Amino acid sequence: MLDTTALGARVGEILAQHLGREGALLPILHDVQAEFGYIPQESLPQIALALNISRAEVHGVVSFYHDFRESSAGRSVVKLCRAEACQAMGGDTVAAYARAKLGVDWHETTPNGAVTLEPVFCLGLCACAPAAMVNGKLLGRVDADKLDKILGDLA
Amino acid sequence: MKIYLPLDSAAVALGADDVAAAILAHAAKAGVQVDLIRHGSRGMVWLEPLAEVETPQGRIGFGPMTPADVAGLFGDTNTHPKALGLIDALPWMVGQTRLTFARCGVINPLDIKDYRAHGGFAGLVRALDMTSADIVAEVTASGLRGRGGAGFPTGIKWNTVAGAQAERKYIVCNADEGDSATFADRMIMEGDPLTLIEGMVIAGLATGATKGFVYIRSEYPIAIEVMEKAIALARAHGVLGASVMGRGPAFDMEVRVGAGAYVCGEETSLLNSLEGKRGVVRAKPPLPALEGFMGQPTVVNNVISLASVPVIMAKGAAHYAAIGLGRSRGTIPLQIAGNVKYGGLYEVGFGLTLGDIVDKIAGGTASGRPVKAVQVGGPLGAYFPRALFDTPFGYEEFAGKEGLIGHAGLTVFDDSADMLAQARFAMEFCAIESCGKCTPCRIGAVRGVETVDRIANGDTAAIPLLTDLCATMKSGSLCALGGFTPYPVLSALHHFPDDFAKAKEAAE
Repeated sequence: MLDTTALGARVGEILAQHLGREGALLPILHDVQAEFGYIPQESLPQIALALNISRAEVHGVVSFYHDFRESSAGRSVVKLCRAEACQAMGGDTVAAYARAKLGVDWHETTPNGAVTLEPVFCLGLCACAPAAMVNGKLLGRVDADKLDKILGDLA
Repeated sequence: MKIYLPLDSAAVALGADDVAAAILAHAAKAGVQVDLIRHGSRGMVWLEPLAEVETPQGRIGFGPMTPADVAGLFGDTNTHPKALGLIDALPWMVGQTRLTFARCGVINPLDIKDYRAHGGFAGLVRALDMTSADIVAEVTASGLRGRGGAGFPTGIKWNTVAGAQAERKYIVCNADEGDSATFADRMIMEGDPLTLIEGMVIAGLATGATKGFVYIRSEYPIAIEVMEKAIALARAHGVLGASVMGRGPAFDMEVRVGAGAYVCGEETSLLNSLEGKRGVVRAKPPLPALEGFMGQPTVVNNVISLASVPVIMAKGAAHYAAIGLGRSRGTIPLQIAGNVKYGGLYEVGFGLTLGDIVDKIAGGTASGRPVKAVQVGGPLGAYFPRALFDTPFGYEEFAGKEGLIGHAGLTVFDDSADMLAQARFAMEFCAIESCGKCTPCRIGAVRGVETVDRIANGDTAAIPLLTDLCATMKSGSLCALGGFTPYPVLSALHHFPDDFAKAKEAAE
């Protein structure tokens, strides 16, 4: 559980860096998520007040975008590309293997909290498909063997 | 010893960082002075990581490199197992007309001196001596059309913004390259970011805009990093700031990062996102050119459109317009992806046939099986069967075959592809990514998945229903997401009817 005073102070610092920018909400939310790993509910009224918009509007933005989480992810995040170029190179098979191996479906986290599995629609690695992003690191030509190694390292 | 190794995402995804570390470690151990330059990719992704060693004859390529191949770079390179010969002599390079990507893979992306030495800023310097009307006229005369997919003439869009009266105007670069099989925007931002900056500054001069935004998708961490560094560099050298190059009007710009919504590649949705709102589509009119970012006149152009402007200004509109086919003028960076032997980026004048691209340039499939279908133009583009491989690559030519060229991405599928599954995915993707504003897209995509499932279960009576639903989505949706999802669905249905009759046959 986050200390709400500390949280408010840190969110305040982030807000101070962005106030006055045109369209500041997305940069603010990116920074808040980078800081806490998700967008804490407690930060919403503070962000809304600073930008002179309603809390509902902030919630609307947070919930619209796939990137913003409302709770923290697992210790590692594995994103597998589900788009067409990766499908053409067996991406669906790799994805099915990952789900079976981890025992989770898309957007779920393994019970031990180690890995969250996310779909992604294109990493721009379409000429070396199937593609993945593991904790921000890009990977091309992912197959079952490569996936075994990645997931083995994360467990 | 000077070695070039790409910092490009595709090269990194295939292990370029490990190769870079091995090069530096080996150089330190051997006591050799190595100047390792991380640059853009040449676009030959099957050879990545592709290292280039500078020699008096030119750059010699080695790829695909692994850390184990590094030691050999320091010995007799002629006998290196990964030696490819002179990069500029490779067939992939020789066949291209590189205008927009002329410097990508050649220069150090973050070295302004290197950029200038390779013709950088020549277009901007020329533009600074022209009136804004003349710049707009030059871009219009080049025939450049929006490379993001819509193909709207760039000069005409600029003219609207230039003519609008307002206190502030903006240049917004759409770098939300979400279509599968497209990576040209990413490659130019990683490999030659100053070209994009130069193009945006010229757009500012042409229209009277003083502020630019590059809206980059969050899935492109390397492009974001390189672009931010390049903007800081351009600012430090006075290209950006209170006076462009010390003698022009003010122009400055910044990077904004998206948050994983595909629909934000649609220009009005992108503008809402940039303003800090939900990325829902706006109804047009008003056009963004008149009421765009913060209600002000705004140019929204794709990365490649803007990055093509410097070479047009440097070499003249006539040079650019002399290349191409019909109303598709200039060059197009083909992005060849999916199940292909040789995948990557290939910049060439419009007009090659689809068959030549797939069979000759891409070398057929990676799996060695026959090509079944090629999806051209991303997830909203049509699937082309081999019967349509004589279609020349151009906006009108593809539209004439119920397809589109989009951002010029091509995804090749071999004969193991199930086109009913591909049609279902198109609807599923639309349902996931719909912004929810208009009903045909929001509800239609969900019903589309259900209808394709009925067909999959042998209910052929659902086929006319699917066709009817597609007609509604096509004419009733607010933007291209709902409006173009019928392209992959209907093309799959029309060109590959057997895949939609399997369950029925099995039942009988």
